[in-house]
Amino acid sequence: MTYEDVLKEISQTSDKLVVMTAENRAAIRTLPPHLGKRFIDVGIAEQTMMGMAAGLALRGRVPITHALATFLVFRAYEFIRDDVAIPNLPVKMVGGVPGFLSDANGPTHQAIEDVALMRGLPNVLVFCPSDAEELAEGIKTLADYPAPCYIRHNPHPASVKHKPFEIGKAETLSEGNDVAILVYGFLLREAVKAKDILEAKGKSVRLVNIRMPKPIDEEAVLSAVKECRLVVTLEDHFLTGGLYSIVAELCLKHKTVGNVLPIALEHKWFKPALLDRVLEYEGFTGKQLAEKILTRL
Amino acid sequence: MTDHKERELKQLALRVREHIIRLATDGGCFIGASLSCADVIVYLYKEVLGLTPDTLQDEARNYLLLSKGHDVPALYGTLAELGFMERDRLKNHLHAHDVIYWHPNRAVKGIEFHSGSLGHLLSVSIGIAYDIKLRGGNNKVYVIVGDGELNEGSMWEGCLVAKAFKLDNLIAIVDRNEFQANIRTEELIPIEPLEPKFEAFGWNVKRVNGHDFGALEKAFEWIPQNGAPSVIIADTVRGKGLPSIERRADRWFVNFKPEEIDQLLKELHGEAQAELTSDTLMVR
Repeated sequence: MTYEDVLKEISQTSDKLVVMTAENRAAIRTLPPHLGKRFIDVGIAEQTMMGMAAGLALRGRVPITHALATFLVFRAYEFIRDDVAIPNLPVKMVGGVPGFLSDANGPTHQAIEDVALMRGLPNVLVFCPSDAEELAEGIKTLADYPAPCYIRHNPHPASVKHKPFEIGKAETLSEGNDVAILVYGFLLREAVKAKDILEAKGKSVRLVNIRMPKPIDEEAVLSAVKECRLVVTLEDHFLTGGLYSIVAELCLKHKTVGNVLPIALEHKWFKPALLDRVLEYEGFTGKQLAEKILTRL
Repeated sequence: MTDHKERELKQLALRVREHIIRLATDGGCFIGASLSCADVIVYLYKEVLGLTPDTLQDEARNYLLLSKGHDVPALYGTLAELGFMERDRLKNHLHAHDVIYWHPNRAVKGIEFHSGSLGHLLSVSIGIAYDIKLRGGNNKVYVIVGDGELNEGSMWEGCLVAKAFKLDNLIAIVDRNEFQANIRTEELIPIEPLEPKFEAFGWNVKRVNGHDFGALEKAFEWIPQNGAPSVIIADTVRGKGLPSIERRADRWFVNFKPEEIDQLLKELHGEAQAELTSDTLMVR
């Protein structure tokens, strides 16, 4: 079942669902005939979309808003903060082409500080599905959940068989103690490749799909820190404020020290190119990741 | 409008202005912008909205949102006078044990949504108005916006969108008091001529004296149901009712001394002009 199928299904059983977009229909192209006037395209007006979503939520609707992640989060941030986060309205905010998925668009389209900004808002949850399947499963649960949530849209096919989705729970895909790879979003695909290479070299790998940076699965993170010789945080996000920061915050909170290797974008926007070339250039292919990790093992 | 009705409205507005003045000490408030829209808010509550303390949750109620926000003392005063809150509660202004502060918030019964950052509640109003249309309701959404607030791009974004969705149940009222903070709007970023701007965005436009209840009555009765949102530009005077602060750029946010409050209350009733020495908050 695709993301769009899930929204279609929800819209048939609940009149609460409203699908909104700021003239970015890539993820929801088939929905207008199913939703009628509950499909609302405001044009290129992200601020108005978020304020309007708040007004609709005040009337009992559950708006799911769509725009490219950069424009949704950064342009409309104050509207999200003031009109959605402060009143804690159950608006879902789906950001398109987040992280590396903006491939050749250039830095204006690179949402790689989105997780930091959105998790910093009280009440707002953050979901970063690793593929289209997880996105669809997650939205089924989150659409009904009475809190605002930021979602990194991801249309890529799954590279693993997933366990059931649960809010605030990470998914541990393999057990191991030499290295734990903590990852969210699209990069799970490369993490799986890295894991296979590392395992072929005799290393045991605990692969943890974080799924929701907020609420973070503290147990999954802390047990990895305590039980594994090395913990890798892997993300297509700036080093500041993302998963590495989350792990650091948790370690301090629990007076724990870990051997952590952060793999993220260190204070620079990435080289715009087609996705696979971006990964190669920035050193995020499975093979490059495995090499980086091996130097620390 | 009958003389009787006008007299009643004026008396209520006078009592609301007394509340506003009393809120302008012990921490102070945005007195000028509150006094300018007091008549509009009083008129809306008495003659347009039809709200009572018992209908505040009705799906079919009319909505009023304050987008400019810092005029909330006028709303507090109106809510207190019309029985939505105890008059005594206004003494809690700016105290941590209550939720009555410089900008509106939903924790106060009767307030639909919070504001403070300018340029937000037109879009929130659009969401409410859209849902009312979706459900086939006849209720209306009124949103009071500042003239300085029209500097914000989101206001004009909202104007485009509201027209696109044919929201003729949405009515914006511009409190055109000619000032933003400590400067005249036309000295900074001129917004006139205002009517053709809204007209060009496809809105129905009416401009009236925002302190004339008869004119307000005609304006609110005029609102067309023609598939377009409407705006009433209410020409007002910042600080209305207190000649010593009217139209003064330096009387935006003021924290008066208690003895000045007594003088201002006398001034409001035409007894004697206050002699003011308190500083104003200058932001420019």
